[in-house]
Amino acid sequence: MAESWIEGRPLPRQKARHTIPSREMRTKRRRVVDRLGGRMMGGLAVGTALLVAVIVIALLARAWPILRSHPLKELLLGRTWHPLQGAFGFWPFIVGTLWVTALGMVIAVPVCTLCAIYLAEYAPSTVRQLVKPLIDVLAGIPSVVYGLWGVLTVVPLIRERVGPWMDHHLGHIRLFSTATNPTGYGVLAGGVVLAVMVFPIIISVMEEVLRSVPDGLREATLALGVTRWIMVRKVILRRALPGVVAAVVLGFSRALGETMAVLMVVGNVPRVPQSLFDAGYPLTSLIANNFGEMMSIPLYDAALMAAGLFLLLVVLGFNILAWLVLRRMSMSGRVR
Amino acid sequence: MNRRSLWKLEQTVMKVLMGSALLLVTGCLVLILGTVVRRGLSAMNLAMITQPPRGGYYTGAGGGILNAILGSLCLAVGATLVALLLGLPIALYLQVYAGPCGLVEMVRLSLDVLGGIPSIVYGAFGFSLMLLMGLRASLLGGIIALALVELPIMCRAIEEVLKMVPFELTESAHALGITRWEVAWKIVVRQALPGITSAILLAFGRGIGDAASVLFTTGYTDRLPTSLLRPVASLPLAVFFQLGTPFPVVQERAYASALVLTVMVLVISVFSRLASNRLSRYVVK
Repeated sequence: MAESWIEGRPLPRQKARHTIPSREMRTKRRRVVDRLGGRMMGGLAVGTALLVAVIVIALLARAWPILRSHPLKELLLGRTWHPLQGAFGFWPFIVGTLWVTALGMVIAVPVCTLCAIYLAEYAPSTVRQLVKPLIDVLAGIPSVVYGLWGVLTVVPLIRERVGPWMDHHLGHIRLFSTATNPTGYGVLAGGVVLAVMVFPIIISVMEEVLRSVPDGLREATLALGVTRWIMVRKVILRRALPGVVAAVVLGFSRALGETMAVLMVVGNVPRVPQSLFDAGYPLTSLIANNFGEMMSIPLYDAALMAAGLFLLLVVLGFNILAWLVLRRMSMSGRVR
Repeated sequence: MNRRSLWKLEQTVMKVLMGSALLLVTGCLVLILGTVVRRGLSAMNLAMITQPPRGGYYTGAGGGILNAILGSLCLAVGATLVALLLGLPIALYLQVYAGPCGLVEMVRLSLDVLGGIPSIVYGAFGFSLMLLMGLRASLLGGIIALALVELPIMCRAIEEVLKMVPFELTESAHALGITRWEVAWKIVVRQALPGITSAILLAFGRGIGDAASVLFTTGYTDRLPTSLLRPVASLPLAVFFQLGTPFPVVQERAYASALVLTVMVLVISVFSRLASNRLSRYVVK
């Protein structure tokens, strides 16, 4: 300040620094920030809601060339996959996906249901507090690690023990024969790995659902003098059935989209599997294996995008279904 | 009397079944971790985690996977930042600004649906986005795809945490006349900070292990990450590619890489647990 006196400059506007903006000004500014901030955050939220549509449209646009040139029936039910000759039949891949996923669910559903019932109805809180973090850890393990485990443990187990045993006892049935593929890399290995991967998802959703059944029902049933299991079977499971189904559907759709772990153990032969031990080739593996080389062959990238689109639409449908059911459950049951 | 003993029998049988199911699930976890640790440790050495691959690495020559470790960290940190910048405002909006209405339900539904979309589809979508923007396979592309994978996880986890903030706290804040913006950022965020930290770490852990989304979007390289517009290596793909080679020496390295990845994920999940326990000391109960 002194300097500016000496140089004869006008005083800096000191006043503004010391005055406190009036109360109205401050309130006004806070209101503006509030409104603008709210708009911005709301915009982000709506943008997220639109993202699903954007993804569907983007994949549709990229898959459009093949959807236009080939009838949908030929794509979905065609059995020949020869991109070089322009034959894009997804049937073997769709069946491969269904085989692996179905096997995974056959293994996972009973195990998960039993586990969830135990955790929700029987387990003392110490056990629950011990087991839940473990299940979280299981959910956090990366899928390549599951794949590696499949390659190191599951595949040898199937090749050396399960396969020969089944072939010896039930080998005359095509379903259990290892004649076509004794390597162990096949749909069964994929199913086992997938089952372990969906354990945490199904268990946690199912446990939540079972716990949302009101305690009054439990007390009333137990007061009739039945055992706890009868209560679970006759009352809790019945009441929670839609939610249990939704949990299974969620697990199913997760299994459907799993890529790396399955890719590593499933064998990747584009043929319709006939037996538990045959190699399969799920849609996700198809996309992952061929994405790099697709550019040179006409329509190949569109075909892979179409595969992604099919997968996406199925998963979307399942997820919306499960969401509707679960929301109704949480509304009718305990208020969360 | 007879029926009663039947009930008892049924209960016993089911209890045994339930116990074995629980054992199976936890046993699988132990088996997976055990396998990875046992096979990984035997192939582990200092060079693996301190050196990038040298020439001929994929046929058995020396070097390590430092490129993949750093690449994965860059990818996951970038993606987690992007997901946090988008996810935190969305979660706050849903919890603080918006009342129960159709729009909010729509957003929740889409978040759940986004969380269910397979990561390979995000990879394909990210790849089309990159074509649209004229990008080649690069760190930036990977961050975009991975952020999409992490966003729903982050949003849902943060929203769960925000729900735990006592209603009385926000209610009394509102009664004192502060705006919703200030409630959101000065009270709710501060109160939920431990939970938000653990949500961030959760999303980070998921991101670092995801392979399918970065498969086409980031590519793979033996060099250390230098620029956003260059391809980078990532740990999951390092495991995948090394396992795919026909050389046992290189396959051994895949086990070691998987061990590194698993340890990172486990450490992150332990930190996430610690964060929610430690930081919550200063939270109004």
